[in-house]
Amino acid sequence: MNVTEILSGLTEALVNTYQQHAATLAENHAAVVNRLRESALPAFVKMGIPNNKVENYKYTNLQPLFAGNFEFFPHADTDMHITTEAFRCDVPDLQSHLIFLVNGAFAGVSNKNNLPKGVEISSFKEFATHRAQIVEQYYGQAAPLHHDGIVALNTLLASDGYAIYIPKGVVIEEPLQIVNILTGDTDRLVIQRNLIVVEEDAQVRIMVCDHTLSASRFVANTVTEVFVDQRAIFDLYNLQNQHNLTTQIAGTYIRQKANSNVMSNNITLHTGVARNNIHVHMDDEHCESHVYGLYLNDKSQHVDNYVFMDHAKPNCFSSELFKGVIDDYASAAFTGRILVQRDAQKTNAYQSCNNLLLTSDAKVNTKPQLEIYADDVKCSHGATVGQIDENAMFYLRSRGLSPEEARILLMYAFAYEVVEKIRVEPLKEQIRTLVEKRFRGELDKCDACVLCDSKARTAGCM
Amino acid sequence: MLKIRNLHAKIDDKEILRGINLDIKPGEVHAIMGPNGSGKSTLSAVLAGNEAFEVTEGEVTFNGKNLLDMAPEDRSREGLFLSFQYPVEIPGVSMVNFMRTALNEHRKYRGEAPMSASDFLKLMRDKKNLVEIDSNLTNRAVNEGFSGGEKKKNEIFQMAMLQPKLAILDETDSGLDIDALRIVANGVTKLKSPENATIVITHYQRLLDYIVPDHVHVLYKGRIVKSAGKELALELEEKGYDWIKKEFED
Repeated sequence: MNVTEILSGLTEALVNTYQQHAATLAENHAAVVNRLRESALPAFVKMGIPNNKVENYKYTNLQPLFAGNFEFFPHADTDMHITTEAFRCDVPDLQSHLIFLVNGAFAGVSNKNNLPKGVEISSFKEFATHRAQIVEQYYGQAAPLHHDGIVALNTLLASDGYAIYIPKGVVIEEPLQIVNILTGDTDRLVIQRNLIVVEEDAQVRIMVCDHTLSASRFVANTVTEVFVDQRAIFDLYNLQNQHNLTTQIAGTYIRQKANSNVMSNNITLHTGVARNNIHVHMDDEHCESHVYGLYLNDKSQHVDNYVFMDHAKPNCFSSELFKGVIDDYASAAFTGRILVQRDAQKTNAYQSCNNLLLTSDAKVNTKPQLEIYADDVKCSHGATVGQIDENAMFYLRSRGLSPEEARILLMYAFAYEVVEKIRVEPLKEQIRTLVEKRFRGELDKCDACVLCDSKARTAGCM
Repeated sequence: MLKIRNLHAKIDDKEILRGINLDIKPGEVHAIMGPNGSGKSTLSAVLAGNEAFEVTEGEVTFNGKNLLDMAPEDRSREGLFLSFQYPVEIPGVSMVNFMRTALNEHRKYRGEAPMSASDFLKLMRDKKNLVEIDSNLTNRAVNEGFSGGEKKKNEIFQMAMLQPKLAILDETDSGLDIDALRIVANGVTKLKSPENATIVITHYQRLLDYIVPDHVHVLYKGRIVKSAGKELALELEEKGYDWIKKEFED
């Protein structure tokens, strides 16, 4: 079968999936969501699932990963109560709010009554129908429906996910925790659509943990649109800890207004194939954005981070730092596109991607892509690929450390910079531990729920 | 304690050590001096187990065990310590974590249980005082951003923590101002006991004013060409190495 055939066959199969469920998907959903499906259909037919001929997906051919018999459910498809019960948090004094999603569908939020006034955390579908006005204003405004087949597919099949709305001036002290669970006894295609609105002067920090609970193959296509208004502060930490049969395509599309401050940090501890699309559109002056990532791959794992920093207005600051430790025959990719538009004078944009290859079969592609149309800007980019420093290794061994211990310390030393960027102290501490565990080979795929002592171990995880 | 017999070593096919013989007994301080390129640092690297060097001939026993057969970490656990001429900066590894891991690896080797966190911190505090190391240094990453003097003090601090039987100080005095030199030397002197021994590798006599050697050896072209008491160091300071080179060539 040649490439075109796969493409057309795959597109057709997915369009069939849509047509089969179109009525169910549209039923009781918000007008804007259904309206965008209509634009998404031709867009998806035109673009299909990206293969590596598509420039932005050069290092990750998604087509073979979508090929196969994946079940798609337009509604919640498992007994969510049982699943979330397994994840119930054990930490007694935990103030934070836990939000559960099972196969992309909203399953509940703990501690809901303690939320500050006006804050809404709910099912995306529910939110879209109850707060139609907000959703009309924001839905589809940040995600590039017409430029990415994955976003088109997500928009076409969108049903549920989470919605978080933080009204003007509200500051949520404790981080919100979102636990995404993939489960089921058949292979699944999971579509999740999220919306986050942080209004003027509001602040929220969100921690997303991605898990798998059953041995099935999963393809998860998640699109999260985030709108950060003036002077708002928003942090998004994403911890990916899934089994090797998982393909996770996580798109985060952020729009910033004046004087807002955004941080995203994608920490890929374990997953089969991860593709993270992180777009930040600085739509106004004096925006500040920090986009960080850490990926630790081994065996046949593959992680591809694609970042697009869009400096549309003057006086904005952005910094990117990505680090990877790649073992065995695993591979990774990083693309850092920085666009400084004609108006965007006095832009400061920094980018750095550093990789540690532990074997001669490990592979990484790193690509800075700077397009600068303004003439008074500061931009820098750097990429490194290296090995464990033999001098440091000898130094540590000469103090009595075994080569294994020394290697773990040095891998951690390499990775720590990204972990140190985390702005929430307890999260930082927990993630530090998880990263170290990962290097020690002691990480349980069910360990990843950061503030929870996961009971998931007993819930049949693999 | 340490017996070196006819030790030959090379790097990239270049022979650096060409038949070293040396005996060190507990309680002794030996100084190894010599001009640049004579093989002083190679000797310390070979003893510590640096794999960049290949031992082609000879043997070394350390407390009756064949040292050359041991991995670097086992040499350390057996009680050998090398104070590096150029300590390596390791950003991201905290001194506390590094030292606790090292100490516990030593304890494990001796069949002892890991040290409790509070005992460890107490030990660290005591040793810091002993070697007059600024307490901030141990809150930082290993040698990261340390000045030359701080790095050397940190080496002596690590030595105090690990309490080796044999310490090799490789050019510990290089790059030190007089105050740092005194602190480092005092540390070494305080750690001296009748059970342990020290090899001081140095260019200059300066350090030997503080750490008084029992024996002074001159290394030249990969061999020990002269051994004597501490007065030899003074003679070298006064006359330089040329007379020894001449003596050797003749």
